[in-house]
Amino acid sequence: MSIGHTLLGLLESGPRHGYDLKRAFDEKFGHDRPLHYGQVYSTMSRLLKNGLVEVDGIEAGGGPERKRYAITEAGITDVERWLATPEKPEPYLQSTLYTKVVLALLTHRDAADILDGQRSEHLRSMRILTDRKRKGDLADQLICDHALFHLEADLRWLELTAARLDKLREAVAR
Amino acid sequence: MSARQWGRDLAMGARFAFAGGREGWTRALLTAVGVGLGVALLLLTTAIPNALAERDRREEARSDHTFGQQELPRADNTLVVVDADTTYRDRDVRGRLLEPEGAKAPRPPGVAAFPADGEMVVSPALKELLASDDGKLLRERLPYRISGTIGEQGLVGSQELAYYAGGKGLMERLAGPAGGARIDSFGNPDLTSSDPWDPVLILLVLVVFVVLLMPVAVFIAAAVRFGGEQRDRRLAALRLVGSDSRMTRRIAAGEALAGSVLGLVLGTGFFLLGRQLAASAEVFRISVFPSYLNPSPLLAVLVALAVPTAAVLVTILALRGVVIEPLGVVRTARPARRRLWWRLLLPLGGLALLYPMVGQGDDGGNFNQYLVVGGVMLLLIGVTALLPWVVETVVARLGSGGVAWQLAVRRLQLSSGVAARMVNGIAVAVAGAIALQMLFAGVEGTYTRASEYDVSRAQMSVDVEDRTDTAATIAKYRDTEGMRKVTALSDIHLGDRRGEAETLIQVTVADCASLREVATLRDCRDGDVFAVKGSEYEGDSERLAKPGTTLWAESDDSGRPGDRAVSWTVPHDIRRAESREDPTGYERGGILITPGALPEKLGAFVSTRLFLSVDPSVPDAYDHVRNTAARIDPTVQPMTWRSIESNDRYAAIRTGLSVGAACVLALIGASMLVSQLEQLRERRKLLSSLVAFGTRRRTLSLSVLWQTAIPIGLGLLLAATVGIALGAVLLRMTNTSVRVDWPSVLSMTGIGAGVVLVVTLLSLPPLLKLMRPDGLRTE
Amino acid sequence: MTAPAGSLLVARDLRKAYGPTTALDGAEFSIHPGEVVAVMGPSGSGKSTLLHCLAGIVTPDSGSITYDGREVTAMSDAERSALRRSAFGFVFQFGQLVPELTCVENVALPLRLSGSSRKEAERTALAWMERLEVDDLRKKRPGEVSGGQGQRVAVARSLVTNPRVVFADEPTGALDSFNGERVMELLTDAARSANTAVVLVTHEARVAAYSDREIVVRDGRSRDMERVV
Repeated sequence: MSIGHTLLGLLESGPRHGYDLKRAFDEKFGHDRPLHYGQVYSTMSRLLKNGLVEVDGIEAGGGPERKRYAITEAGITDVERWLATPEKPEPYLQSTLYTKVVLALLTHRDAADILDGQRSEHLRSMRILTDRKRKGDLADQLICDHALFHLEADLRWLELTAARLDKLREAVAR
Repeated sequence: MSARQWGRDLAMGARFAFAGGREGWTRALLTAVGVGLGVALLLLTTAIPNALAERDRREEARSDHTFGQQELPRADNTLVVVDADTTYRDRDVRGRLLEPEGAKAPRPPGVAAFPADGEMVVSPALKELLASDDGKLLRERLPYRISGTIGEQGLVGSQELAYYAGGKGLMERLAGPAGGARIDSFGNPDLTSSDPWDPVLILLVLVVFVVLLMPVAVFIAAAVRFGGEQRDRRLAALRLVGSDSRMTRRIAAGEALAGSVLGLVLGTGFFLLGRQLAASAEVFRISVFPSYLNPSPLLAVLVALAVPTAAVLVTILALRGVVIEPLGVVRTARPARRRLWWRLLLPLGGLALLYPMVGQGDDGGNFNQYLVVGGVMLLLIGVTALLPWVVETVVARLGSGGVAWQLAVRRLQLSSGVAARMVNGIAVAVAGAIALQMLFAGVEGTYTRASEYDVSRAQMSVDVEDRTDTAATIAKYRDTEGMRKVTALSDIHLGDRRGEAETLIQVTVADCASLREVATLRDCRDGDVFAVKGSEYEGDSERLAKPGTTLWAESDDSGRPGDRAVSWTVPHDIRRAESREDPTGYERGGILITPGALPEKLGAFVSTRLFLSVDPSVPDAYDHVRNTAARIDPTVQPMTWRSIESNDRYAAIRTGLSVGAACVLALIGASMLVSQLEQLRERRKLLSSLVAFGTRRRTLSLSVLWQTAIPIGLGLLLAATVGIALGAVLLRMTNTSVRVDWPSVLSMTGIGAGVVLVVTLLSLPPLLKLMRPDGLRTE
Repeated sequence: MTAPAGSLLVARDLRKAYGPTTALDGAEFSIHPGEVVAVMGPSGSGKSTLLHCLAGIVTPDSGSITYDGREVTAMSDAERSALRRSAFGFVFQFGQLVPELTCVENVALPLRLSGSSRKEAERTALAWMERLEVDDLRKKRPGEVSGGQGQRVAVARSLVTNPRVVFADEPTGALDSFNGERVMELLTDAARSANTAVVLVTHEARVAAYSDREIVVRDGRSRDMERVV
């Protein structure tokens, strides 16, 4: 996830202090990993250098330096371009799980056990996510669903592989 | 739309009727069996007139009564026939004694060779009966050796009991009371056309036919709709792959057509099978030979055309309120509330057709057959039209009850039409049957004579032949097993003068015990004479019973005991007594004489009748009496009294109705069972899930019962109403006072209800089977 | 394997064959009060048969099933029916609502089968329908409501008798994931708050994720994953 683009996007609704930006980010996207203030500071200085934001003003007062950032025209264009560019789907072609299963078959270990154990582990994660989803707000639900769907996809693969273990054993043995 | 397109769609439908794996076959077979049963019944009905005509023809061909006045002289080609009919238990046995008088004597139909004296030829059914343990008493009565069997030509039914026995000196017997004649041929060409049927009887016959055939039509209509839900799904699938709505309708029609054509084939098979079975069955004492049951070709063709046509029409009508969409079949949302007015129009129209004929039955006027048939049909169709409305209206108002009741009522509310269709057949049959029974009961006065015999005092009577020893005969009867009391009454009629008598007085000779059966006597001793005042001829009796009056007994023309007249003077010690009804219901007047007061010479003039009272608890008491009578004289038949005697032809119609109604109700019961089972199969999954959460079998069984019982109950109620109305109109038409024959109403509705019960009971085993958890398995 | 103490429903070494097909071949199961256990496995593995056996709908060929200390396999048919009426609730994939009855009448049905008056049964039913957010459907018939609504009605029905165990056989099988999860959420919430155990047969991982633990059935044999890992 591009933190720079995200912060830029947050600025589009109006100029903000760095501290405000961190709070907005944490609230909407941070979830289990809040942003360090240092991260905000370093990102903003990079954006400033590239001309995507400008300093709108500095407030004096208690605490550390309080700069107010505003987005520039170039910044808006940059956000726009980022949003319009589709994310590249992950290929998932390198699978540790697949490797484990094949190795188990090659070494005459019980591959079904591996699959069952993995499923159990997946389900454990899914239970945690499901639980969080039930207690959380819409944002939580969407984020958890995203993860759940991915885990479900893995699980489906596990089921399918379990059903085809015999064939796979033959293929591997050849 | 080209004919080819039509043909293609119909053919496609026909293929669908049998395709679709086991389920498809089952459905097609159900339809075909349903239609087949209907067709078989139709064919049977069309064959009945032929069968009856054939029976008549054979009966006539073996007729041996001459109605001519002059007696034939003995010749080479004459045969003496004497009636020797008898009754065994409740079955009549036709019996004849034969004595050929020459080589060319005519043989009765079906008899290959005359039985010699002491031998007999018997019908197969009689042979079987005589050979069985059941026939023990009859064997005693027919002490002849069996020398052969009577062929089919000589019998009117496969189960008929008949024999021809050889005899000697039969002509002498004919002088006595025995019936018979000397004949030179069998059959009576003079009697070809029996007397024309009374218009009221014709009315009865017409109504019987309509009443029997209507339910069959209703049944066929229901049969072609078996498996409707599945068919709907299939039609939807056809729409999905691009057939238009007209095409789907034609395909549906093709399916129905295929089912009904297969039904025709099956029906013909059932009919032929039934025809064979008919030979071994005897229904209401009528049996037939298979060869009798030949439907008239015209009617058979009519059936063959009408059934498939009706099937197609019914299907198209049934699809009228249905929109077949590619994704499913939509029954036009909530079908428009059933309207009452046009449904009422049908029965009212029927009444209107019948009304003008009210009162025509009496003066021998004929009924317009078309109006009768039309009116009755409209009334009965009215039942089928009203029933859905009644069921819907009543069911919508049914209140709360147990779970079983709730399940049944809710289901009926959702699909009252299906329920009503199921009971329509029964309702029509019951309505018609009630009307007919009422008509029968109503015209009973004319066609059935309520006999006045008092069966509590005597149950049989027998005449003692004049030439036999009366006292010995009485003794023989007294000694018969199961005899309680023998009342012997001898009669002489005495005239007021010698030669041509102007007035006759009845004189009854009997002992005191027997006299007490005809008069109230305070004290009576042998030698007493009484004068009684009877209900008739009072004046004459009074006059002739005066003491000192001389009365004359005279031989009649037949030239019995000499030709001398014998006189008798009324004694002075004659006493008055009160007459009472004798066992035949007759209040006799005249003179009562105890045997001690009867001059010897008068004894030759008496003719004696015995009134026999038997102990009903002794098994076969009647047949013991008959055996005694046969030992005395095989041509004597004791008369068995029944409280009601009915006209034979009327009895035949009633019999026909009972047979037909039984068949129709059985048929309808079968169709109800089929649709009930179909309905259950469709709900298999639901039933299993209901069982899963602990529904008792009893609850579901009860709900199935309610589901049948509620519409049937309503149907029977409506049927009773319409039946009584129709019966009343028919009675008015025959100018008979209207009286509801409650026993028959109750018995017909009872039979209908019985069918429900049987159907429910029969559908329980499959229900319980479907309630097994296997239904939950989805794999 | 020994059943953990405090189990409500325990099955040991269940065997069941339908003709030549072996559906269960030594399956084990146990559940605690208030626990949600998912039964998973490929189709045809014997999941549903296991559930049917546990619920006393089907009698296993051999093995034992103990509910609350009582041996279910030794009960008569009437006793098992009574047990299902009073202690168990059921949700199936489809075809379970009586099409002629309104939704509230469907929900009230188990209570009425146990002898409650109509009025009382429907009042309780309505409370459960409110809880499952389908009280506005009370007058509708099952044919007039959507699949998700119908399943919620079915869930309300399964809970209306306050059962100790609800058996759910692919309860979301006919629903899309949104409706399916909503049904699962309502079912498990309601069950947990009433301390009702749920035996949940499913092949969907996201549905199974509503459980506390899962067992896997494969070729008629069950595996309790909690004890494996």
